[in-house]
Amino acid sequence: MNDGCQGCGCGGAGASPPGGETRRGALFKLGAGLMAVGGAVASVPIFGALVAPGFRRYGNSWLDIGGVADYPAGETRLAKFSIPGASPNDGETATAAAWVRSMDGGKFQVFAVNCAHLGCPVKWFQQSRLFMCPCHGGVYYEDGSRASGPPPRGLFEYEWKVENGRLLIDAGRLPGLQETA
Amino acid sequence: MLRGLKAIIGWTEDRSGMIGVVTPIITHRVPRNAKWWYVFGSATLMFFCIQLVSGTLLATLYAPSAADAYQSLVYIDTQVPMGWMLRAIHGWSSNAMVLMVVVHMLQVFLHGAFKFPRELTWMVGVLLLFCTLALAFTGQIMRWDQDAYWGLGIGASIVDRVPVLGNQLRNIMLGGPYIGGATLSRFFALHVFVLPGLTIALVGLHLWLILRNGVSEMPKVGEPVVPATYRRDFEARTERTGVPFFPDAAQRDMVFCGLALIVVVGLAALYGPFGPNGNPDPTVIDANPRPDGAFLWIFAALALLPAQVETFLLLAAPPVIVLLLLAIPLISPRGERAPTRRPVSVLAMLLVCTALAALTWLGVTSPWSPVMDAWTSVPTPVRLVERLTPLQMQGALVMQYQQCRNCHAIDGTGGMRGPDLGDVGSRLSWDQLVRQVQQGGGNMPAYGKTLSAAETVAVVAFLQACRTDGQPPAFIPGALERAASGDLPPVAAPVAAPPAAP
Repeated sequence: MNDGCQGCGCGGAGASPPGGETRRGALFKLGAGLMAVGGAVASVPIFGALVAPGFRRYGNSWLDIGGVADYPAGETRLAKFSIPGASPNDGETATAAAWVRSMDGGKFQVFAVNCAHLGCPVKWFQQSRLFMCPCHGGVYYEDGSRASGPPPRGLFEYEWKVENGRLLIDAGRLPGLQETA
Repeated sequence: MLRGLKAIIGWTEDRSGMIGVVTPIITHRVPRNAKWWYVFGSATLMFFCIQLVSGTLLATLYAPSAADAYQSLVYIDTQVPMGWMLRAIHGWSSNAMVLMVVVHMLQVFLHGAFKFPRELTWMVGVLLLFCTLALAFTGQIMRWDQDAYWGLGIGASIVDRVPVLGNQLRNIMLGGPYIGGATLSRFFALHVFVLPGLTIALVGLHLWLILRNGVSEMPKVGEPVVPATYRRDFEARTERTGVPFFPDAAQRDMVFCGLALIVVVGLAALYGPFGPNGNPDPTVIDANPRPDGAFLWIFAALALLPAQVETFLLLAAPPVIVLLLLAIPLISPRGERAPTRRPVSVLAMLLVCTALAALTWLGVTSPWSPVMDAWTSVPTPVRLVERLTPLQMQGALVMQYQQCRNCHAIDGTGGMRGPDLGDVGSRLSWDQLVRQVQQGGGNMPAYGKTLSAAETVAVVAFLQACRTDGQPPAFIPGALERAASGDLPPVAAPVAAPPAAP
């Protein structure tokens, strides 16, 4: 009788009245079941908050990065902008930057500053018309294509459009190999 | 008075029984020959305790918000009395803890102390190694400076490479689609709650396992571990010849820990706290992000991995390394413990240590990184300038102005990404130089679209003049004969116009 009781995991020992085994076994199962249900229900909000960013679709927004005249043709300049929907907690990290290449005919290319290798900030050199990365030595041509070093592709590009003489880019997320800019 | 104290102790012991529990623990018998080799685990534990105390005090001063963290560190460094020293001790003690945990692990591996019955002690130790490294990495994030921001960017880029779920995992890691306040909060929770709690629990388990299985003896040649008899023999030997851990063995730990602590406090006082290095402003692209010492070898590996296998290795190597370390005692649970009888193990250990040291050194020098200001800060050597023709001089200017020096040193100054050009004129012929400049290749960008024909001629003329004294310019056999016939002069040869830009 007692041997059978130990098998149920309740750890009960000593004299048990007839029928106690089945009653305790049922109570144990009920307890385990209730704990499991309660734990599952409590886990959803507890861990939900942790993993929520993995399930949300983050969209971009059209952001004004200045007048078209701020970007003379033939030059590549740094544009700074605020990330839309940033929290007041973000401080300086609520801002981001992009390289704007202005070409003849009102055409633009807007590159993320993040290297396509591992995300370090690339720097533009006007004379040699190259972007260079300080971390692992990735180099890109002025059109963003890979020139040398470890990057597996060219620089990430933002969509852009001109409205009322203002240059807008479609941005907001940190670009990455699986995340277009 | 004394009687009163005794009464209090007696009462407490009667109700709690703590003295009866603790005394056998601290006086448990350890092998007599457990001497100076055995101090590193204790030192690791001591530095962890220093981290707990100094970290708790830092938490009373630090503002764990992305908007305020950087300024709160500056405030601790400059305004809080002894605040800079508190940060310095936390930083240096962190480095010391990483060093001690690695040395401790090497000692255990070298002496085969992971073998039966201490396999689980080793495995828990491996988990503690990764807890320590995770604490060091998240601690670097707490500095919330440029290194922290772009270090997170590198981490996010690696996670982003995970197939299918990479983007989701990255957003979970960052707490959103970009590095910001949510990111710092997540890493703060890891650094001050999750990881320390986990580490305390694992340290408890580690110590319990040491008490249960005893401290290993120094390995002896010809005394292999035989699981069937090991425990009986070990217990008999320690009973016969062992000494109580406290005070007999503990005195060496105390001497070493005391010295190590004095050294760390001295380093902290001498060199001060680490960072913070520059505001975490993502729009400041003049950053030069570098990880802390313990991670420089990873930084170096990331620069040197071949592109084709990079993503695979980035994702596959960490779990393989963890599983391999965990599996070591299962692979070799018995047999000889003496290093002289385990040549493969010792050589493997030396190989890993050499590789880590070499990669760390490469991480310090990072020869693959362009020197961003070399083109304006590094002069052309006088030995070359004083014998240049006007054309070659013009080429030297082109060379400087085109940022060539960011990647190319001349006589050892400048970037180290490409080869040193101090003697390139005696290595490459005129035609080869033209081809290399215009088409690039071998990890060099092509300058065909950037340089005019005249600039190319000038820069190649300068490069040809880059030779050590007395060395003739390189040439391709046959080219000189053609030059002599007036077909193609080796110097100042006409250069084909660069291909038209598409």
